[in-house]
Amino acid sequence: MTDIVAVEALIKHFDAVAAVDGIDFTVKSGETVALLGGNGAGKTTTISMLLGLLKPTSGNIRLFGLDLAKHRHRLLARMNFSSPYVELPHRLTPRQNLMVFARLYGLKDAQTRIETLAKELDLEALMDRKVGSLSAGQKTRVALAKALINRPELLLLDEPTASLDPDTADWVRHYLERYQQQTGAAIMLASHNMGEVERLAKQVLMMRKGKIVDRGSPDDLLFRYSRQNLEEVFLDIARDRRAENAA
Amino acid sequence: MNAFSLTSFSLGRVGAMCLRHFYVLKGSWPRLIEMAYWPTMQMIIWGFFSTFLYRNSTWLASAFGVLLAAVMLWDVLFRGQLGFSLSFLEELWSRNLANLYCSPLTPVEHVASLLTMALIRALIGVVPATLLAIPFYHFSIYSLGPPLAAFFFCLILMGCSMGMVVTAMIMRFGLAAENLAWFIVFLLAPVSAVYYPVSILPHWLQIVAGLLPSSYVFEGMRAVMFDRVFRWDLFGWSLGLNVLYMGLSLGVYLWSFSRARQLGLLLQVGE
Repeated sequence: MTDIVAVEALIKHFDAVAAVDGIDFTVKSGETVALLGGNGAGKTTTISMLLGLLKPTSGNIRLFGLDLAKHRHRLLARMNFSSPYVELPHRLTPRQNLMVFARLYGLKDAQTRIETLAKELDLEALMDRKVGSLSAGQKTRVALAKALINRPELLLLDEPTASLDPDTADWVRHYLERYQQQTGAAIMLASHNMGEVERLAKQVLMMRKGKIVDRGSPDDLLFRYSRQNLEEVFLDIARDRRAENAA
Repeated sequence: MNAFSLTSFSLGRVGAMCLRHFYVLKGSWPRLIEMAYWPTMQMIIWGFFSTFLYRNSTWLASAFGVLLAAVMLWDVLFRGQLGFSLSFLEELWSRNLANLYCSPLTPVEHVASLLTMALIRALIGVVPATLLAIPFYHFSIYSLGPPLAAFFFCLILMGCSMGMVVTAMIMRFGLAAENLAWFIVFLLAPVSAVYYPVSILPHWLQIVAGLLPSSYVFEGMRAVMFDRVFRWDLFGWSLGLNVLYMGLSLGVYLWSFSRARQLGLLLQVGE
């Protein structure tokens, strides 16, 4: 498997505060990597830098083998993202929003792609309603459709199931798993939802105060911290308790 | 590939952004009415005022409609600036800016789409007023002939330059700078010599007026209406200054975009 994301010595300072403090990691094709950490741990800052929305203070980000700083717009065509902190225009319908983004990504088969996503994400009945009139769960599915419009090879998701009821959240996770199996896309997600991370991620990067303080598969972390679930591991790390079984 | 790269410029992406604003306009008839409302009101008020002055002023009697033409052209500048700024603000109000800038859309393409929308919004706002003036006052601004296109072009360019600076400030300082979009153009009204010749101004303000593309447009408009002559020298000054200011304001916009990426503002700006 090739490295889709390769991050080296990545640092982001806001004045004297180190939001991200020298992190390294890779994400391979077909792999899901989760950033796990408390508020202010540096997860969203990391994702913003991977999207080029935020310039690193120092360090390297290579996506698909290319330097993000030099090839940003070319690379952005191969990736996409979704976040509950970013919305689609409320006065437009899902169909109109998706058409705008399909054109921004230069899709030749925009109409077909939009119809396919509407069917797969169960949006058909909502396509001609204003986004502002949709429920939180419906908006999340529209945002996911936008994130998948260009068939991204790298999908960055910030809190992908925040504000969803358990049933819809489970449905979204299942959909993401299926998308990855079908396309071999790499997925990177930042989440507070431990169940989601345990289910989706092959590798977990535990972040605290801008650093990656531990990493491994969910099973590996559970073993090393002698815990039953990732929430307990999360609390150990948040409270600066060390792993009992060194890797 | 960087923000300045012309090889990466995509008309398709510019069209996509225009489509986004077209959807908003299409879905909201009150907005369309609002766009045409103020220019029409201005035209009606200044039309009656012109009629009154026409009967009492030898200066105005020699070219009825000079005030009406000035009002309409001033609205081109105002609507151009406002159209550019409001199209950008739409993205902030809907918290959509991060979605756009994590797509392949470049800042220059975004600016090109905002320019196009400024032109369209100015036309939607001003054209109905110009047409209504014909039955109301028997005055057609289209009687200016081809020079009208030159005046329109120069004022739209100036409006977009100002719009770029306003949006750069909003990107840098957030929605706290939003009100700039509504009043900044009026700072230039007194020295743009919209309703009176530049020679009326005190000497030091004449120097300021000489730095504004708009003052040459309005002087040029009066030359056409009073003397029936198109002053190429005035057009040249206006165009030259516009090219200079477009370059400078694009530089300010791109600098502001770069600073926003350093400070993480693209994700934060919103309501």
